[in-house]
Amino acid sequence: MINDLSRRNFLTRAGGAASAVWLSTHWPAIVAAAEHAHQAAKSSSPQKFEFLTPEEGVEIDAITARIIPSDETPGAHEAGVVYFIDRALTTFALDDQKTYREGLPASQARVRELFPNVAKFSNATPEQQDQVLHSFDDQTGPGRGNPRRRAMANSFFGILRAHTVIGFLVDPDSAHGGNRDGVGWKVIGRDPDHMFQSPFGYYDKDYAGWQPNPPDAEKTKA
Amino acid sequence: MKRDTPKYKTSDEVDFVIVGSGAAGGIMAKELSTNGFRVVVLEQGPYLTEADFVHDEVKILNEDFLTNKPKLQPTSFRKTPNEKAKPQRSVLYGRCVGGTSVHFTANFWRFHEIDFVERSKVGPVPGADLRDWPITYADLEPYYTKVEWEIGVSGLAGASPFDPPRSKPYPMPPLPVKGSGVIFERAARKLGWHPFPAPMAILSQPRPGRSACVKCGFCMLFGCEVGAKSSSLAAAIPVAEKTGRCEIRPNSYVHRIELDSNGRVTGAVYFDEKRSTHLQKAKAVIVCANGAETPRLLLLSANKQFPNGLANSSGVVGKYLMLNSGGVTTAVFEHPINDYKGFAVSRILHDFYELDPHKVGFYGGGGLDARFDLTPVLFALGALPPDTPRWGSGFKQALAHNFTRTLEVFSHGTSLPVETNSFSLDPDLKDAWGLPALCLTYKDHPDDLKLWAWLNQRGDELLDAAGAQKKWAQPVQEAQFAVHLLGTCRMGTDPKTSVINPDHRTHDVKNLFLCDGSSLVTSGRGQPTMTIEALAFRAADRITALAKRGETT
Repeated sequence: MINDLSRRNFLTRAGGAASAVWLSTHWPAIVAAAEHAHQAAKSSSPQKFEFLTPEEGVEIDAITARIIPSDETPGAHEAGVVYFIDRALTTFALDDQKTYREGLPASQARVRELFPNVAKFSNATPEQQDQVLHSFDDQTGPGRGNPRRRAMANSFFGILRAHTVIGFLVDPDSAHGGNRDGVGWKVIGRDPDHMFQSPFGYYDKDYAGWQPNPPDAEKTKA
Repeated sequence: MKRDTPKYKTSDEVDFVIVGSGAAGGIMAKELSTNGFRVVVLEQGPYLTEADFVHDEVKILNEDFLTNKPKLQPTSFRKTPNEKAKPQRSVLYGRCVGGTSVHFTANFWRFHEIDFVERSKVGPVPGADLRDWPITYADLEPYYTKVEWEIGVSGLAGASPFDPPRSKPYPMPPLPVKGSGVIFERAARKLGWHPFPAPMAILSQPRPGRSACVKCGFCMLFGCEVGAKSSSLAAAIPVAEKTGRCEIRPNSYVHRIELDSNGRVTGAVYFDEKRSTHLQKAKAVIVCANGAETPRLLLLSANKQFPNGLANSSGVVGKYLMLNSGGVTTAVFEHPINDYKGFAVSRILHDFYELDPHKVGFYGGGGLDARFDLTPVLFALGALPPDTPRWGSGFKQALAHNFTRTLEVFSHGTSLPVETNSFSLDPDLKDAWGLPALCLTYKDHPDDLKLWAWLNQRGDELLDAAGAQKKWAQPVQEAQFAVHLLGTCRMGTDPKTSVINPDHRTHDVKNLFLCDGSSLVTSGRGQPTMTIEALAFRAADRITALAKRGETT
């Protein structure tokens, strides 16, 4: 809750006399909200899944890890995206349960079709896994021959991709268990704070201040 | 938050029922209750407070936390009236106390003189029914000033040579410049254009009861947790409630306005949270439900006297919808801009506000701004270059490189009023309460698309002058999603071609008033909320005068 603390400090500093009223009415609510978020964050790393079976969890984790791979920096696996997805499927994404239940077996069938010696996605090599995803998601992969099947898998892949991105980059203080330890924001270079002061970056650090436009500017029509 | 506010009985005939608590409704409630009237505001959404506003993108993207709920309130779309509309998400508006002003981006441009008299200046435009307003910029100027001072707008008077006259400077200085603003300002000046600090409805200095902006970057689509964004929720409704005469009644979905045999409205019928029906009695009704729901409510309130919709003897209720033309060019720069810090916009320009149709070959005009209004998930799903891999290490590298180095140049321009562009009742689709759903019919006037393409070229020139490493424009395409909801119950002096008179009173019903985006006669250049709020301040003055003379009952 470092972020919330710094926000509170800012509020105390910034408002002066005016903010006393503000704080007296808002302080309890802010503290309550912070506590709530903290509880939610603490319970955001479940030991077991609520919707997925352990086997399904391994497979979804493996797919998300190809969508945002782990390399020199953390990826979807380290961000706990599979736990975010599991919770999503029992909360805001209830409607997608069927897509997952049907899409995952279809994906496994595709694995076996492309690589008869490989039983499931998580057993495939990273290169094989990428070929499977290409077959779902673009025009150049081996799966392009059957549009109907592609469309079905595509919708599963499209949803899974969106859920992976959200689970990687959602505010780590939110109650959904994604972006564990803020690793997603570290990867994209987002400062974990929620209050900033200018200058913000390279281009405004040496800004000399506002200079008026030339006074003789003509109101000419283009 | 507990406030000592009145609870009126539905059988109490209050002075005014206001339908909707957004940009217009909030100000109307503040002004009328301050002027001594007893007011009930019926708001379909919940009463959220700053403590509810968090930076959780799932709530915004997946749960429609602050906005209309497509699952409960389905909508449909078609391009022309001859087609059967297809169910699809076609409109976005705020659905909570404060309305769309809670989640808006807070660009607060005044309209210019030209916006009120454009028909006279450029003449008729084929395929559109362009008209002058019955009021002028000079009529509205004192009320723009009221918005700036009473609601809270930061900016720098006199910074743009194209600004219209003003009676007072802004009440507080502009917000600090962002990296996108510096890049924009330097490039625009290279090209001989006139960039200036963006007027924003965000506090650069604290005000009583409200904090200054903390630059968190969660502005567009989010509620402000420190009250720095000048929403109706932060700036108007607390004042209304403090009078002790205004009750905000949330979770109240008005679906009918009752008319008596004398042709006067008697109150508003609404569903409460448990879907029980009530009639709140009132001497007069003011509908501020936005440019989609206001015409829908009139159409839902059809009766024997008005079979085509209440106050719709003209037949133009719901028609002449304008959405504002304009697009986005996104660019990546060499060094970190970190434009996610702050708020959306710090520099804009109005050099192209008023184009000469004889020179450019189309009607219209617009402005440009530099911004980064995207939170991390929105960025990852919507703002990477089109040739970026959709997954894998290439995707991840683009996320890591671009998030801090991206900015957007937005163009905002005119839409022409076209009769067939409209909100109407879908004949088949129903909402969760069993009422006809909103149907959007829209096909951009060709000039609106030409304007967009023309402004895109200016954005391109600017980004070249700025030394962008990579840039790509959203392709020009016809709209099928409505955010700015303008013109659907337009103001005029002729009851045959307009719905309300310059006092915002409907031509047909003496004690029924409308004020919101639906009142606009022309679209302006893309930032309508400032004008909607100025109209609300002005309408409240007019309605107060009428009521004091006993002319609103």
